Amino acid sequence: MVGIVIVSHSKKLAEGVVELSRLISGECPMVAAGGLEDGGFGTSYERIEAAIESVYSDDGVVVIMDMGSSCMTTEMVIENMEGKKVEMIDCPMVEGAAAAAAESESGSTLEEVKQAAIDAAGESKF
Amino acid sequence: MTDNKKVVEIIKVMAEIIHENAQFLTDLDAPIGDNDHGINMDRGFQKVLEDLPGVENSDIGAILKKTGMDLVSTVGGSSGPLYGTAFMKAGAAVAGKNEIDADDFIDIMDAAVGGVQLRGKAEKGEKTMLDAMIPAVEAIKKGVDAGKTPAEFLADGVEAAKEGVEYTKTIIATKGRASYVGERSIGHQDPGATSFTLLLESIAALYN
Repeated sequence: MVGIVIVSHSKKLAEGVVELSRLISGECPMVAAGGLEDGGFGTSYERIEAAIESVYSDDGVVVIMDMGSSCMTTEMVIENMEGKKVEMIDCPMVEGAAAAAAESESGSTLEEVKQAAIDAAGESKF
Repeated sequence: MTDNKKVVEIIKVMAEIIHENAQFLTDLDAPIGDNDHGINMDRGFQKVLEDLPGVENSDIGAILKKTGMDLVSTVGGSSGPLYGTAFMKAGAAVAGKNEIDADDFIDIMDAAVGGVQLRGKAEKGEKTMLDAMIPAVEAIKKGVDAGKTPAEFLADGVEAAKEGVEYTKTIIATKGRASYVGERSIGHQDPGATSFTLLLESIAALYN
């Protein structure tokens, strides 16, 4: 299954998104990389790198970020993981994570998981 | 212009000046950002200071690269990947060199600007650190071309960077967190442009 990493400035927010997605799809390898080492707000290169590695398999990993440095730091981590199948997804974090988790759990490819998360952006809430 | 020993001294001064201005930078960030620029930069440069003894006998490229990596790892906000990429690209521009001249310095500054543009996907005029960096580098280039001394062209660079900071007060932020506050960002100077000016002043301080 495709691994999923949720990156946020906030530890609680990243963990919350994982928690919520797990209600929908309990099986897929999904992990949070939120906040700094000391639990404070920010994005940590090491935490993101470790999170990606913890859910990595030949199926690959997708990363969903909140904003700003989450995206830039993730980009740097991925640049330094040459040869690994890891991609960032430009999608709303909550909806994208839920859609990606469901798609991953059904055994889809990285491209399909990515597309499901992107498509989540176009769905109306009401 | 400088050898690796002097680069180490410059980085120590950068850390000191960022530390002294940490609250000021954070206060600038409060109305238009997320209130952490000074704290973040200080945390990053304290880690850089801690690791300097391990690289002080390395070449200038390696010292700058390590500085960049430390900033990426510890800053925690956007300035981490931005300044981190700037220092890492700057290091790559002078890889293996133990001494650099004014032309190498221009290469360093060009690489730093290129790094920030690459990482931040930003241009001049969006109320970012680039609004101080780009004019500063242009002024430094002019000074070098005119045969000025490092003290003189660095002073020109600092002057242009300060003007760039003033300019950021007049424009609306369209990049970064400050873009969320839109028109309310007018009147506030950009914290990143300000921290860049402090870093350039740190270099200039060792040439007075």
